Parts: sequence; structure tokens; C-alpha cells
Amino acid sequence: MKSHVWRPLWVLLGVIALALVARHFVVPSDFGVGERGFMYGFHRKSNEDDWKAFKVKYLTKEYCKECHEDKYESNMASKHNLIECENCHGPAIDHPDNPAKLVIDKSRALCIRCHAKLPYPTSHRGEIKGINPDEHNPGEECSMCHDPHKPDME
Amino acid sequence: MIPEAAHGAELAIHGAEWTIKELFTYPNEYIYWTIQIVMYPYLTGLVAGAFVLSSLYHVFGQHELKNIAKFALVFSFALLIVAPMPLLFHLQQPQRNFEVMLTPHFTSAIAAFGMVYSFYMAIVASEIWFVYRKFFVEQTIALKTKEGIGNTLLRYLYNILTLGAYDVSEEALHKDERAVKLLAGLGIPVACFLHGYAGFIFGSVKANALWMTPLMPVIFIMSAIVSGIALCMLTDIVIMEWKKFRVKTSKKPWEMTAEEIGGAEIHIIKKTSTYLLGFLIAAITLELIDLIFRGYTAMKSWDILRTVIYEKDFNKIFIMQYGMGNVVPFILLLLPGLTVRRAAVAAVLVLFGVFMMRWNVVIGGQAFSLTFAGFMHYHLPIIPHNAETFKEGLFGALFMGVLPFVLFWIFNKIVPCLKFKQGEE
Amino acid sequence: MTNMKLTRRDFIMTAVKGAAVAALPLSAFKILSPSEAKAAIKEANVRWGFLVDTHKCVGCGFCVKACKNENEVPYDVPVTRTWVERYVVLKDGKTLIDTPHGGREGFTEQKVQEKDVDPKNIAKAFFVPKLCNQCENPPCVQVCPVGATYQTGNGVVLVDRTWCIGCGYCIMACPYGARFFHPIHKVAEKCTFCYHRITKGMKTACVDACPFGARKIGNLKDPNDPVTKIVMTERIGILKDAFGTKPQVFYLGLDDNVR
Repeated sequence: MKSHVWRPLWVLLGVIALALVARHFVVPSDFGVGERGFMYGFHRKSNEDDWKAFKVKYLTKEYCKECHEDKYESNMASKHNLIECENCHGPAIDHPDNPAKLVIDKSRALCIRCHAKLPYPTSHRGEIKGINPDEHNPGEECSMCHDPHKPDME
Repeated sequence: MIPEAAHGAELAIHGAEWTIKELFTYPNEYIYWTIQIVMYPYLTGLVAGAFVLSSLYHVFGQHELKNIAKFALVFSFALLIVAPMPLLFHLQQPQRNFEVMLTPHFTSAIAAFGMVYSFYMAIVASEIWFVYRKFFVEQTIALKTKEGIGNTLLRYLYNILTLGAYDVSEEALHKDERAVKLLAGLGIPVACFLHGYAGFIFGSVKANALWMTPLMPVIFIMSAIVSGIALCMLTDIVIMEWKKFRVKTSKKPWEMTAEEIGGAEIHIIKKTSTYLLGFLIAAITLELIDLIFRGYTAMKSWDILRTVIYEKDFNKIFIMQYGMGNVVPFILLLLPGLTVRRAAVAAVLVLFGVFMMRWNVVIGGQAFSLTFAGFMHYHLPIIPHNAETFKEGLFGALFMGVLPFVLFWIFNKIVPCLKFKQGEE
Repeated sequence: MTNMKLTRRDFIMTAVKGAAVAALPLSAFKILSPSEAKAAIKEANVRWGFLVDTHKCVGCGFCVKACKNENEVPYDVPVTRTWVERYVVLKDGKTLIDTPHGGREGFTEQKVQEKDVDPKNIAKAFFVPKLCNQCENPPCVQVCPVGATYQTGNGVVLVDRTWCIGCGYCIMACPYGARFFHPIHKVAEKCTFCYHRITKGMKTACVDACPFGARKIGNLKDPNDPVTKIVMTERIGILKDAFGTKPQVFYLGLDDNVR
């Protein structure tokens, strides 16, 4: 083994050793094989917590109800009871701290997401009451005539 | 309400700049793998080919290839260093590239590629060391007597390169030769493996109907060897002819040696082109088998593939790749009375053909949507107007194409591989 | 000289044999890796699954809008974690498909891909919401070279934004087009089943935003979960089963035309 022939090998081993040292310092200590084995579960464990800590923005009706119970009740009594408040009022996030006031989307574009008539026989869409947005009072805001909280009263 | 960055159409969607969608495609589909991913298997292919060519001399004793062997070895090293750089240009987070070595996820063809690549790099570097060890020692000794900072630095460099092995006795050199032979032999399967792996990266993507075929690695190896041999042949011709031209213009005729007047040697070219033809036949055969099987079995994807192959990409595949890149050089090399010039033209065409093959695989594989109901067109960014359009545009690719030659020019200063003087070892 | 040659050859042969013998127990040891043993013992009791009822979807696109806002995927860019496709099958057998901006503004026009459609000529028409299938055998995870994307014990595929190198291999490997590059973070991005919500006992933003109950999320390991009950009792479909990815997003009313 004393032969000079092995010298490139020593260099190679040196490089590998350096890489292993670098690996020790650079790779997070919780990096490893998770529940799903090496093929599907090789990762940094703490990243799961990173994702769990992601900010929740849509808090659902139950959150709105805590302060706006009257509005909640009226909505729940209407045909629009299946729609989340935040679909039109925007995500609550930390409301009322941040944002203090939610921006309500009263646009026509919002209403016609469902109420632009599409003649689709086998889809639930075809059963929803709808208009032709180009012919039905174009340019007007729907809420001028229709109360979104009590849609059946016109 | 919503973070400021959440709005703004000016945000660059990676791929949107050069992708034109047609009919029904998924919203997230773009041509994400562009010209750099064409360059990457192209360069790896050239590496593998050049190395195999040099090994033909070292292992199989093809003595006609002796002169080209040394050159091919050093050139393949230059190519090898550049080969992963297109990937670096293509990464969205290039500064994290080292992770491939630190936390390799071996079920990924790219991670395994990193290891095979490094191993191969070690083999080629060692082989060069064994070939040039005697030269390093000689230079270290010769430069001792020379003055000047440049010479001193050069002497240090050579001294380091000897790795402290100064024994140049007959016996030691004999050991070197045997090591070279062993490494060259070991290098052939590793080179094939390396490039087969590049093929595997594509062939194993089951989501892509054009890429997914077990033939892909073999097709890649064959075309790699073809392109590598063609490149060595061409570079050899150009360099020898250039020397001849320089000698002619600078020296008086009676001072010239026979070697210098000769230029490129036709018997070397002929031998090399024989190998080229053989591998070319293998490559074309495999590609045709693949095409015929796809058509005959006519799986679900065939409808859209047929549209891409026979209509959308017809010119690129049948005219540029098979016609200009395969059939024409094939005829040029087979016609009797091969001349150096004709061989050079054939080599250029072969190189072009292999490049088009890579293009048709990488870009062609993204020319149709995963929906099988739409198409995507790649518009190569020519004039760069931001980093992205440079990196993944024409100039980025040209940069990658020129870099190996620049590196080779530098390497040739340190390990001369173009001095073919008579009587030299 | 010849003598030496022989001895060296002998030495190499011995070395090769020795290495082969040494490799045997080494490989045996590797199979028994501690993590795999641990995985076998620790039986997770949650496996997130998703149910889409295409009969109920009306193509309002509230799910896409909510998803983009909730998960901070810029609203105006065409890429999206979830999207809604429209299929209009004509009486002559032709199928028209589109998903304008991923359906984030809903479907408000009768035109499909700028083509007028005669209502009398429509045989069937429906909407199909799409999202990451959180496959049991995710090909996107298999191909990640650095371990930046992975599947959690409860079946959700996530991307580590601090470790992704942005090679795009996962995007290429997904047969469903569920992945893309995040325009701000410049790393691979995908649906997480709103991991931050489901792990807090909430539903995903898209499920909450859907007025018609076309989207449901549930725990497939809980036999009393409404989603599990439907998956077990109804005739359900999955997308592109030929790829062997084993999607965990199930569809009611899936049509042959769905891509």
C-alpha cells in the first residue's frame, strides 16, 4: 500500500471526509427518515411544524357569530345560509385588530359567480336561479335591488 | 387584508415568459425545463463519448487513436466540469445546489446522478494524473532553474500536482501505465452509467408520455458516444489544420517537419469515423424501435404524441434530427474516398443531430399537455431582458457551449495534450 | 516482474472477495434501518383524504379564491394550488374543456375557450375541482433529489421551502399538474390540504368556502368520518389510476372525459 499509485485515492478520501464534516455542520440535526420511510419520508422533521404554524386567515361563520350574532342569524335564516360570511366580506385574519374593517365585495362579478345562468342540464349550476349578466341591468350593483342577506325577499 | 405581494400581475411566473399554451392545459403547466436541460444531457453525452474514445486506445489498444486519446481525455475533463453547470443555471435556488451531495435522496435519479458524477470525476482526474505524473515531475525539476514569479508559481502548481510522488523510475512509470489502463477500463462502464443515468432522469418520469420508455437510457448512451466521438474528431481536425496553417504562414518550407505539413491524419479520421458509424447505427435503430412501438401499440397517449411527432415537431425531428443529423453524415462518411474536409462536415452535422435529439426529447416532451388535450410551444428567449431570460435563453446556452473550450484552453497550458511530436511518449 | 504481477493479482482478488463478504452483513444491516422499524410499530391513526362531488359543483370558484388568499399564492398569477375545470360535452360527441384563470373568478360566460356554444347542443356539462391528490405513492416525492418534499405520517405531501433547490423535477413527475413554482418564494409549491388548518381541527379553506358541499375533507382511517363512509359505500372514482400513484382525492360523478 506504500506505492504512489494510491495517492489519488487519498485525495479522494480527503474530499469525502471534508464533505462529511460540512454535512455535519450544514444539515439540520432533525433531518432524517420519517414515518413514510426513505422514499417518501426523507425530510427535515421541524418543517412539519413550520407548516402547522402557517397563519390561518379564513375563520368561518362561527368566528363572526361571536360578535355579529344578529347578522349571523339573519344569514342563517336565508337561502344564502350555505355561504360563508368571508366569501363576500373577505378573510377575517385578526379582525377586529387587523384588519379593523373588512372590505366587502359587493361587485356584480361576485354574485354572477353563481347567478350567471349557465344552461347545464346535468350540473347543479343549471338549477340555480340565474340571469344573463349582459342583459339583466348591466353595470348596476346587484345589492341595489337584492339584499344578499335576505335574497328571497327581493 | 392580504399581503401586498399577493397582488400584482407583474410577478414573474417561471416558464410563463417562453411558454405559449394552446387548447386545454392545466393552469400550472408551463415549459419548466428549457434549453439548459437540453444542454445538460448534451454535455454529459459529449463527456461520456470523449472518454470512451480515449479508452479505446488505453484499454483496447487501438493505436491509431493514440494521439487523439490524450486530447480526448483532457477534453472530457473540461466538459465534465461544465456538464452540471446548465443544471445550476436552471435551478430556482442555485445557491442550494450542494444539498444534492449533503442530503441525497437516492430514489431520485438526480441525486444518484450527483454521486455517479463525482465518482466519475475522480476517475477522470486520477487517470489524467497518472498520464501526466511524469510530466509534472519533469516540470517541477525543469522550472527550478528558471527565474520569474510566473515560473515559480507554475513550479508550485506542478509540485502540488505531483502529490509528492517524484518517483519516475521505469518501474514506477510502469505502475502508472497499469493504473491508467485500469482506470480507463473502469471509466467506460461508469461513463455509460453516468449518461445512462441522464437518460434515466427522463425515462423514469411516468407522468410524461414521451419520455417514459425503458429504452431512454440506452438511447442516451448511444447518442452520447456518437456525439463525443464526433466532437473529438472535429476538434482534432480543427486543431491540426490550424497548426498546419500557422506553420505554413510562419516558417520557411525547409524548416517544416513532415508532421507539421500533414495536418490532420486521414487514417486516424477514418478509424474514428468507423466507430462513429457503428454507434450511429445503434442509436438510430433504438430510436426507430421506440417510435415504431409507440405507433404500433397506440396507447392512450399516442393520439397526442402523433400530433406532436408528425405535425408540430415534424421539421425538428425528421428533417433536422434524422435527416440532417443522421442520414446526411451517414452517407458522407460511407462514400468512398473520405477526405478530412468531408469528415469535418459530417462531424458537425452529427453534433447538430444529437443536439436536436436532446431538444426533441426535452422540449418535445413538454410540447403537449398532461391533459392530452392541449399543447405548449417553447419560444427560446434570444435577447435577454432579465437574468431568467439570459440563463434559460440562447446566450445562456451559448455560454455553456463555449465554456468547455475555454476550460480546455486553460488545461492545455498546464497539461499539454496537443503536442504530438515524434518520439514523445 | 512476473512474480510481482501474480502477487498483486492475488491481492486484488483477495480484496474483491473480502469486500464482497464484508458487504453482505452491511446490506443486511441497512434493511433493518431503525426508522423503518419505527414506522412499522407506530401506526398513525390519521390519513387525510378528500372527496369531491362533481354533481354539486357549480363553478363559482370561491374555493380557488379562498385558497389563494389563505395560502398566500398571489391572486393575479395564473398558477394555483386548486382550480376548477369546466367540461361541456356536445351532442355530436365533441368535448370542450376550459379553466379560465383556474376558475378563480368563477364561470360566468357560456363561451368555452372563446367559442360560442348552443345550449340546445349540450348533452352534458359539469365542473370538476382539482387539487393535489396527496397520493399514497407520490411520484413527486420519489424524485426529489434533496429530501425537500415529503409525505407526513398522516399522508399529506409538503414542501420544505428552506431546502428546495428548485430543480422542477417534482413538477415534471406529477401527472396531475398540481405543482408549480411559487412566484415569490421561488420554490416548488403545492396544495398542503391546508395543513395549518386541518391540524388545528379546522377544515381546509376551499372546503369552508364551498357553499354547496362539493368539497369535503376527512380522516380515512376513521370509519365514522362522513368522507370515509361515502368512500366506503358509494361508487367513487380517482384520477389517472393507471399511473399507480394511488390518489387520496376521491370523486363522485367522475366522467370519462375528465382529464
